Amino acid sequence: MKYGYFPGCSLKGTGRAYEESLLEVLRALEIEIQELPDWNCCGATAYMAVDEIKAFTLAARNLAIAEKQGGDLMTPCAACYLVLVKTQHYLKEYPKVRDAVHRGLNAVGLRYEGKVKVRHPLDILTNDIGLDAIRARVKQPLKGLKVATYYGCQVVRPYATFDHQDYPTTMDRILEACGAEIVHYPLKTKCCGGSLTGTLTEVGARLCHILRAEAKRQGADLIATLCPLCQFNLDAYQDKQPGQWFEPVKLPVVYFTQLMGLAYGLSEKKLGLGRNIVSAAPALRHRSAVTTA
Amino acid sequence: MQAIRQMIKLDAERDRGFAADIMAAPGGEQLERCFQCGTCSGVCPLSIYMDYTPRRVIYLTRAGFKQEVLKSNTIWLCASCYACTVDCPKGIHITDIMYALKQRAIRERLYPRAFPIPVLAREFFKMVRSTGRTSESWLVIRLLMNTNILKLFGMWRLGLNLMRTGRFSLKTERIRQTGELRRMLDAASGK
Repeated sequence: MKYGYFPGCSLKGTGRAYEESLLEVLRALEIEIQELPDWNCCGATAYMAVDEIKAFTLAARNLAIAEKQGGDLMTPCAACYLVLVKTQHYLKEYPKVRDAVHRGLNAVGLRYEGKVKVRHPLDILTNDIGLDAIRARVKQPLKGLKVATYYGCQVVRPYATFDHQDYPTTMDRILEACGAEIVHYPLKTKCCGGSLTGTLTEVGARLCHILRAEAKRQGADLIATLCPLCQFNLDAYQDKQPGQWFEPVKLPVVYFTQLMGLAYGLSEKKLGLGRNIVSAAPALRHRSAVTTA
Repeated sequence: MQAIRQMIKLDAERDRGFAADIMAAPGGEQLERCFQCGTCSGVCPLSIYMDYTPRRVIYLTRAGFKQEVLKSNTIWLCASCYACTVDCPKGIHITDIMYALKQRAIRERLYPRAFPIPVLAREFFKMVRSTGRTSESWLVIRLLMNTNILKLFGMWRLGLNLMRTGRFSLKTERIRQTGELRRMLDAASGK
């Protein structure tokens, strides 16, 4: 079965390690994907702050392209995932939105009939591929590696389709199948601040500090993420002083696909592990298996 | 002597159309049902930084205190994490109401000049209209050029880290059908 693939702007930019590792893992699992031709920005959170109708229309163009291409649409970026799923809901529930969006699409010869299934890789891996198949490909189990799985907000809220809203476990189970030990992480869906690290840096960095401090307190060697902005926020501001009473917390932050790739014995370079600002190399030495070059 | 300031809200200062406008927006229908339990303020990770907490913004919006609401920093600090929306016992789409308020604040230019969050939203909007995609580095540069250019120099360490890890690019991402995108957006808005 072939999936459509919607990377979004971040996966071609600061989040390129997510795409690199995802494509490697998909290749290892023999999952075929086809990137949407001429996809546009989903709008994320910023666009919706300016114009609602245009925001839904912007997202719907991608849905129209995906529908024409066929297949379920794999959407790894959490923001893109939420925007597309929310657009589908609003098109169904609000005639005012539906009419305006269709007016926009029709004006350029596009159509969308509501037939696309937008799916996160965690959903596809868990429900289509299955944990047994994921476990079967493991060559170097992540034994001895303690991972805090961080889901962030937008993949589980407000539309929790494939996992639990407050305490999701799909990423946990996939990484356990790869041999890792998942620590209890009560803040796994607590907001990282999103784009606030770029606009009000002290505020955003403080939220990220709390997330890293809790992960460390729970005994994690590193944090696994599924959202390019979460990864960037948790990774890039670790030397920012979080406040006069607290010591900065250094903890590597990787994509769950990078950990899967390591368990599959794939090359660290191809998995984009050199792209972490805070290197995961020391934490990965915990593994009892030997890394291939 | 203490500064004299108004402590009580006056009925005459209410904008009756404002609440109706928000309730007519998709997602705003449930605004009336709020019974001020404060769950939203409790779960909000940004509430400690807000001038009016989410609970207060919902109340002020429903009561029609448009100026206070649209000039608050609350609507901009909202990170769209939806924690409030999923926990609200009355099913009020608080996050979507925040978006509706953001849109109106931008439309009526009711935000402090050079406040980074609405400036970022507007630069994002312009970039997408122009190229169909966003180029992260250019977004940050444009944001800082329009708010605080000195901060750009303060970010040198982050810049070096991103360059070192190959995550910094000044390439402008664009789609092929930029004209089609613009026509589509304008047609949707009824232009």
